[in-house]
Amino acid sequence: MTLDSKIPAGPLAEKWDNHRFQSKLVNPSNKRKYDVIVVGTGLAGGSASASLAELGYNVKTFCIQDSPRRAHSIAAQGGINAAKNYPNDGDSVWRLFYDTIKGGDYRAREANVYRLAQVSSNIIDQCTAQGVPFAREYGGQLANRSFGGAQVSRTFYCRGQTGQQLLLGAYSSLMRMVGVGKVELFTRREMLDLVVIDGKARGIIVRNLVTGTMERYVADAVVLATGGYSNVYYLSTNAKGCNVTASWRAHKKGAYFANPCYTQIHPTCIPVSGDYQSKLTLMSESLRNDGRVWVPKKKGDDRAARDIPENERDYYLERKYPSFGNLVPRDVASRNAKEACDDGRGVGPSKTAVYLDFADAIKRDGEDVIRQKYGNLFHMYHKITDEDPYKMPMRIYPALHYTMGGLWVDYNLMSSLPGLYVLGEANFSDHGANRLGASALMQGLADGYFVIPYTIGDHLATADLPKVSTDHEEFVKAEKEVSERQNKLLSINGKRTIADLHKELGLLMWDNCGMARNEASLKKALKKIPDLREEFWNNVKVPGSGEELNQALEYAGRVADFMEFGELLVSDALDRKESCGGHFREESQTEEGEAKRKDDDYSYVAAWEFQGVGKAPKLHKEELVFENVKLTQRSYK
Amino acid sequence: MSDTINLTLKLWQQKGPNEKGRFLTYEAKNISTHASFLEMLDVVNDELMEKGEEPIAFDHDCREGICGMCSLVINGRPHGPDGGITACQLHMRKFKDGETVWIEPWRAKAFPVVRDLVVDRGAFDRIIQAGGFVNVNNGGAADANALPIPKRNAEAAMDAAACIGCGACVAACRNASAMLFVAAKVSHLSFLPQGAVEKRERVLNMVKAMDEEGFGSCTNGGQCEAECPKEISVSNIARMNREYLAASLSSS
Repeated sequence: MTLDSKIPAGPLAEKWDNHRFQSKLVNPSNKRKYDVIVVGTGLAGGSASASLAELGYNVKTFCIQDSPRRAHSIAAQGGINAAKNYPNDGDSVWRLFYDTIKGGDYRAREANVYRLAQVSSNIIDQCTAQGVPFAREYGGQLANRSFGGAQVSRTFYCRGQTGQQLLLGAYSSLMRMVGVGKVELFTRREMLDLVVIDGKARGIIVRNLVTGTMERYVADAVVLATGGYSNVYYLSTNAKGCNVTASWRAHKKGAYFANPCYTQIHPTCIPVSGDYQSKLTLMSESLRNDGRVWVPKKKGDDRAARDIPENERDYYLERKYPSFGNLVPRDVASRNAKEACDDGRGVGPSKTAVYLDFADAIKRDGEDVIRQKYGNLFHMYHKITDEDPYKMPMRIYPALHYTMGGLWVDYNLMSSLPGLYVLGEANFSDHGANRLGASALMQGLADGYFVIPYTIGDHLATADLPKVSTDHEEFVKAEKEVSERQNKLLSINGKRTIADLHKELGLLMWDNCGMARNEASLKKALKKIPDLREEFWNNVKVPGSGEELNQALEYAGRVADFMEFGELLVSDALDRKESCGGHFREESQTEEGEAKRKDDDYSYVAAWEFQGVGKAPKLHKEELVFENVKLTQRSYK
Repeated sequence: MSDTINLTLKLWQQKGPNEKGRFLTYEAKNISTHASFLEMLDVVNDELMEKGEEPIAFDHDCREGICGMCSLVINGRPHGPDGGITACQLHMRKFKDGETVWIEPWRAKAFPVVRDLVVDRGAFDRIIQAGGFVNVNNGGAADANALPIPKRNAEAAMDAAACIGCGACVAACRNASAMLFVAAKVSHLSFLPQGAVEKRERVLNMVKAMDEEGFGSCTNGGQCEAECPKEISVSNIARMNREYLAASLSSS
């Protein structure tokens, strides 16, 4: 099949309006005849469920946690972008569009990004109406702050808990619809397969995590909003439960996976402290406004930071990038930290960390000023590391925290499988090769509140959707496959723990397909992953049974999918012989060692079609057409 | 930096809601003091699995104190001995070498044990369904700046809205009352003009739902505030009581 992005014709600014007018509608009284399944209850899934139910569709909503309010959107700190231009500093829909396209290193669709910028203002209005307590100025108006990658202040926030408040807003709307019976809510359920009937997504198989029972659900359309796949690297800033399973199973059923190699590595996270480490904690990027990043000049220098004299320190970002200094973009800061550590100049017990030093800022502004700006972050750092960042420099290291790649979707957010829609971080659509800060929340809510309510109707109104029941042979077959896989996991009874194998996969991914990638490292990973997968299926130990709450079994299933998915991620990285955004191919750099795009050869979306486990996936290219922006190479010298 | 401690753990084990539970005694050796409490449990669970035994089930997800999933009573205190944090933010340096550590689930009639340390907090969702929202459909909202809100009200709303719905307040309360949780939501919304419109119905409906779920009464013990990881104030309860009284008296 050929990829049709369904980008509407006409001038950029009119595409969405035209498209909405041309889309078929479902009559209000007919909406109650349609069932929609939504998997995931983060910003995208929660907002989609509520909005679709408000329109009158019958919605069934699923999440793996005990409550929809726990989805990992809740952990987002900084804020949400919107082109409101409240500060009167020159913002506009066009500028937000342009910043996002450029920030994504020219690897996103113009039409999708423009629509995102267009609806951004509606999101703020809607959330305010729900009672989201955005920060306010003394006059009662909404406050804004600035964020990376933009020269205007367009970020709305609720202290350092913006994700939490937006999610609770979506959750309250969802709960309201559960209360009136328009949404049927299924918690502690994990989607284990997608059911495709006559080429259309018509249902899902879920495991009831409390009883272990396999359950079948049928619908007229399925919406996945199941987040990103950073945990393929084992250590990331994602919640422990974040996984690729729902997306991966949909991929195996025919949905194409786009740009999996676009991963974002955040430069300022608290480094790994031991092999028991289960996850990493992000420290806000804003710290680089006042902190200075350095490592010792000498390799293997074991002295305490304060004992290393000024002339024996290498403030490498200031040295290499005099005009941006410590405020270079995320990808550049991350890569340079890795280089310093690879060079043997890392600090701390593990030697994989660099210093982020506030001594000069404290001397200049006083401790009180620094406390006012960053008090909560310093407190968090102190709690975790037991080191006082007012007295000694922080130790930081980059970590995985967001994935721009995801299931391929067209302008309607429908995947290559008719009837399967993909929203939020789970799709690939808006951030190109690099996401700007405060844009993930914007995209999740745009998809759920303002895109899917319009686009899903066109499919329901036009597609041939005969009534099917959960006794259909495709349901039977899918459930059987899922059960067999689960029984196999339980029967291996090998010697290694699930976490041990997951860590090995994560390290393999991180070392060979992390912040910097090259042909040799990627080929090495492609060779090793199948071996590790075999080791997993022969030597993993999964205790207990399938007929009960069994967290080890849940985890094993997710790791098994990561073992397959990792190979696709690496294959995509190998195919893309250019550097762009979060994807740095060492073979493609400028003389100064910066990322170099190859627009003539790689200005495409790589959409992969599943061909079987262990078989090379098939590449479909969607050429990206830029009619409105001029492509330029980034420079931060 | 390689400081380690040995602990005797008393871990609650319970197969299901209707089964009898018991404490499993486990000697946890060489636990790094830099590990988090949940990472310590990970290590213990991996050791149990290596021995062919079943791990202890416990809820967790974000491991950075915001999702509200983790729910452990540690040495008698919800979220453990350190104040203003969740169990996932607790680190092993807070414990002494050789100490015995008791680990239990939230205990409340309205939060039945699912397994081991995992409880069912669906009651909280049902209370929100009864009225913890603003009745507004998506689309058609007025410009956000059309409704100025005094900064102090927005800040007070945010203080209450910081609740993570973990249920520590219920676990801490001698009556297993959910008043702090409900009051936090009631206050959050009634501090704001958007929420004030339905203030009367909201407080009546949410309190009714709370009572139906089997939570106990509030007797002003204040343990809820003391153990709340987000330090939500009991003054919210007083505010809700006033709202409830006013709503009851004005009911027709």
